[in-house]
Amino acid sequence: MAQHKINYLQDNGAAVKLTTIDKLVNFGRSNSLWPMTYGLACCAIEMMATGASRYDFDRFGTIFRASPRQSDVLIIAGTLTKKHAEFMRRLYDQMPDPKWVISMGSCANTGGMFNTYATVQGADRIIPVDIYLPGCAPRPETLQYALMALQQKIRKESIFRSIKKKRLV
Amino acid sequence: MRKYTPKDSVQKQAYFTDRFFVSPPVPRFNPNSDEIFAKDFEEINYSINVQEAFIEHTHLVIIIDKSFLISCIKLLKEKLEYDMLMELSAIDYLATRDGYEIFYEFLSLSKHKRIRIKCFLQKDESLESVTSLFKSANWSEREMYDMLGVKVVNHPNLKRLIMPDDWYDHPLKKTYPLQGDEAASWYEVDKIFGKEARSIIGPEQRDPAAIDRYDTTRFARLGHEVPFDTDISEFEPETNISYQEENTSKIMKKLKPEESVVLKRRR
Amino acid sequence: MQQPNRLKPFFENIHFEREDNTMMVNFGPQHPSAHGQLRLILELQGEEVVKSRPMIGYLHRGMEKMAENMMYNEFLPTTDRMDYIAATSNNYGYALAIEKLLGVEAPRRAEIIRTMLLELNRIVSHLFWLATHALDVGAMSMFLYCFREREYAMDLIEDYCGARLTHSAVRIGGVPLDLPSNWIEDCASFLEILEKELHTYEGLLTENRIWKMRLENVGVITPSMAKSWGCSGIVLRGSGIKWDLRKEMPYGIYSELDFDVPISDTCDSYGRYKICIAEIRESGKILKQLVPMYEESDTQLMAHAPNYISAPKEQIMTQNYSLMQHFVLVTQGMRPPVGEVYVATESPKGELGYFVVSDGSPYTYRMKLRTPSFQHTALLEELLVGCQLADVVTIIGNLNIVFGEIDR
Repeated sequence: MAQHKINYLQDNGAAVKLTTIDKLVNFGRSNSLWPMTYGLACCAIEMMATGASRYDFDRFGTIFRASPRQSDVLIIAGTLTKKHAEFMRRLYDQMPDPKWVISMGSCANTGGMFNTYATVQGADRIIPVDIYLPGCAPRPETLQYALMALQQKIRKESIFRSIKKKRLV
Repeated sequence: MRKYTPKDSVQKQAYFTDRFFVSPPVPRFNPNSDEIFAKDFEEINYSINVQEAFIEHTHLVIIIDKSFLISCIKLLKEKLEYDMLMELSAIDYLATRDGYEIFYEFLSLSKHKRIRIKCFLQKDESLESVTSLFKSANWSEREMYDMLGVKVVNHPNLKRLIMPDDWYDHPLKKTYPLQGDEAASWYEVDKIFGKEARSIIGPEQRDPAAIDRYDTTRFARLGHEVPFDTDISEFEPETNISYQEENTSKIMKKLKPEESVVLKRRR
Repeated sequence: MQQPNRLKPFFENIHFEREDNTMMVNFGPQHPSAHGQLRLILELQGEEVVKSRPMIGYLHRGMEKMAENMMYNEFLPTTDRMDYIAATSNNYGYALAIEKLLGVEAPRRAEIIRTMLLELNRIVSHLFWLATHALDVGAMSMFLYCFREREYAMDLIEDYCGARLTHSAVRIGGVPLDLPSNWIEDCASFLEILEKELHTYEGLLTENRIWKMRLENVGVITPSMAKSWGCSGIVLRGSGIKWDLRKEMPYGIYSELDFDVPISDTCDSYGRYKICIAEIRESGKILKQLVPMYEESDTQLMAHAPNYISAPKEQIMTQNYSLMQHFVLVTQGMRPPVGEVYVATESPKGELGYFVVSDGSPYTYRMKLRTPSFQHTALLEELLVGCQLADVVTIIGNLNIVFGEIDR
């Protein structure tokens, strides 16, 4: 349901793939993804561990930024509750384009083991998600792999993108 | 006829009850069996009308009427050295006894003992706040109000603590389903996108065992994708597995639009 | 275009013309040093906090209600997610509470393994506390150093439990598996590394002028305030009250172990920091004492109570009656005695208590999880008044709060 849509040009983007410029821009975008520190629950600890000494996140060019206005990726690490859903949407809206979303852990993917009244059953009810990362909590290597998958996805995009995200039902 | 679903408790019940099995109770002892508790019980019994008292697993449990609550707790704090209120909450007995049972859990640092005070609250009555005696009751009573609907009088700030401020109903009651009622299931959609978006986003997927007809054999229907409204009761046509996302360069792939299946919406 | 939604900007919530000239700052549910999802609404007079209102509930997942709908053994992995930094302490508290309800006692080797895991979790939790607290205050390299040590400990835990973060390696009645072959030697080498590194951390922070200036006389909690607000753990010991459940009301095999309980008479954050470092050393000491006790113990791992607890796996796979009983216990659940228990253990954060009301059915009637961080966050209402804005961050970091515990 939710989708990114950037209409830079009037009729659905350029019809021709601008190979070199695309590659250059995508190289820049994918190799310096700045995530926002959005640790909600247990997966946040694994995200911190990924950023720490053993599984270094900095070698991907990622620097954790505190403010949504300065970040590219939103890594939703942890359970999204209904009380918090409004704030997540606000933060997502505050992020400037181009932005991507990695949903980390079962709670962010589909509500996880918390099939209760207060949990949003999946962050993709509110936000379009690019990469789903299963696990509870996913290992740091898994998060790194997800980031690498996101990098590959970014490199395949056209810079005038209007790709519709598929929603995991 | 539809199956009888008891409405006074929608929590999960055991699906098989043994007709002849009776669960043993947790053993209870006379308060006089332990010296420290004997002295404490004597003091309490002297000034307060105690309904029941026993020792249950290293705790002295005292059941009193709710009107004596403040005086009892004051006595515990000042004379009997139970100076920490560890926990305070309620148990929902609305179905069986038409009220709540409130318990207060105290700890004495000097005597190394724990005591539990219980009182019964009818459905429409309200409870006196003990915040003036123990500040930890502040948030505990708020949480009790939020989760169970127990009204507390003389509380400095009785508002919802854990649930959002405009939540409907009290979640920990036995009549509240685990997965939330109607208002709960649409809460975030209404808040963020408005009621009109309910049909766009669709209901929550709460069934942990939701599987597709062909999930086991065709993971995500690879190779057999069809647009949403196609009738698949007979069979699904095979599709070539090659995806071309919209608006990429037409030079890259050799798919003809006439031959390919365009998926507007999956499932 | 962005998906249209109903969320309006928050500007109408800020009052610009206030008579008392205070500024409202929303320390929102997401920000880098909130240690989770704490929403603090602060009223500032210049740089000083005049009124603070902590608002929680952004991580409420309904665990108490889940306990009313799940069987006893089924609920155990959910308790992991409460204090997600030291998961075994929650599991152990729960298992101990149910064991006391049932009236069974775990065998000796199981208790020893559980205590080893508990102390390892304590080390992990304190290292995490040190890392994030130092990061908030500004000493960023401590984060990387502490996490490096933490990775070694998590390797050890992963060798035994299978998972780094959400352990669930204890069961009601004992532990299901014995330690792997090299675990004890790895643990010993880890403890040596930890000793050396603790020395480094102390050298970096303890006599550091900036650290002392940031932490001394900040977040002063008087003993009466601590007792009134129901604090426990390091907060209580930092106010000079010598109270550690492992020593005062011992459970498990803690009565046989020899360790000190560090306390501090200065009721401020610096005292709590020193206690934390001392506690890591004490945990190391306990682990060293547990190794010979483990080697001498009998190999039984799960308690023998066929009513409530399944037999060990070898018996289930070979004996018919064990299989039948296991099947019934797993599908229908065990039926514990009718009654209530409250069992509290000393988790790294404080006193973690489980109040279990059972009515004989396989599902709990009411489970109240008494978590230390809940009361410590309530304390913020009174503690933050009168301190500077920079101290707010120090105090929140110093109180060692975890939001999985607060909101459950």
